[in-house]
Amino acid sequence: MAQAEALPELATVPWRQPTDARWLRRWGRIWHAWTLLYTVPFIAAAVGMFLLDPLATPVALAALAHAWIIPELYAFRGASVVRPKARGSAQGEPVAQGLLGDLLGHDERELQRRTGLALQRGELGIWLVGQGGALLVTPERRRVHCFCVAASDAELPPSDRIAHLLLALRSDEVGFATVANHAFAGAAWRVRRRLPLPMRPALDAARRAAE
Amino acid sequence: MDRTGHTTLAQWTAEDDAAFADAVREFGEQQALGYIGTVPDGPGKATHVRELPRDADMVILRRPIAGG
Repeated sequence: MAQAEALPELATVPWRQPTDARWLRRWGRIWHAWTLLYTVPFIAAAVGMFLLDPLATPVALAALAHAWIIPELYAFRGASVVRPKARGSAQGEPVAQGLLGDLLGHDERELQRRTGLALQRGELGIWLVGQGGALLVTPERRRVHCFCVAASDAELPPSDRIAHLLLALRSDEVGFATVANHAFAGAAWRVRRRLPLPMRPALDAARRAAE
Repeated sequence: MDRTGHTTLAQWTAEDDAAFADAVREFGEQQALGYIGTVPDGPGKATHVRELPRDADMVILRRPIAGG
């Protein structure tokens, strides 16, 4: 057997630091701080306006709405990485399902067929791989990292797109995360709320597996 | 691999030098087209290969990935 090598796609992003556990922890904290930075001022402004003049209550409510909506929009952006993409060849999908099924264990295969996401255990955490992105549930369960990444052939059937990502992930987990674009990191409950309903059991399963 | 499913590009055995040579040539042609060789190594593991391993049960050619 030839010797294992780093993901060749790393050559396309030579400027990036490896997305390892330390990198993920740091970016998790940065996203947390960023969320507080754009939420707390709106809440403080709302409380201040209400205390200064109850007539400003509508404006205060608008400020509170901003404090709620902006984090939700970021979570929506994160969850969108795994939303099914309306592209690729549907003709080859039954065969592609066969290949993907061969790559997965029984439980993971059933989960993928129900939710569209393939569960993969890694050193960094539990991955959920979709057609055009992946979610990573870190071991402490509180945080989900969302990555936008896809196979370069847009004509591939949906299951092939997942299988190609899965093979790359299994070859070099840190390399996979480094090549992918980090879209969001936040609480699992926030990402879950923005996932399509059929995909939510996959995130629940990943959180259980991360325990 | 084609647009409608999957294609077996080559088959070989460790003892069949001619078949392996054909497979190596096909593997090289696919690499030139941008495909990447990957050997599934059991549950949850895979190995990227630049050269066709003679003793592998199966080598899957995948497309490169990129951040979206």
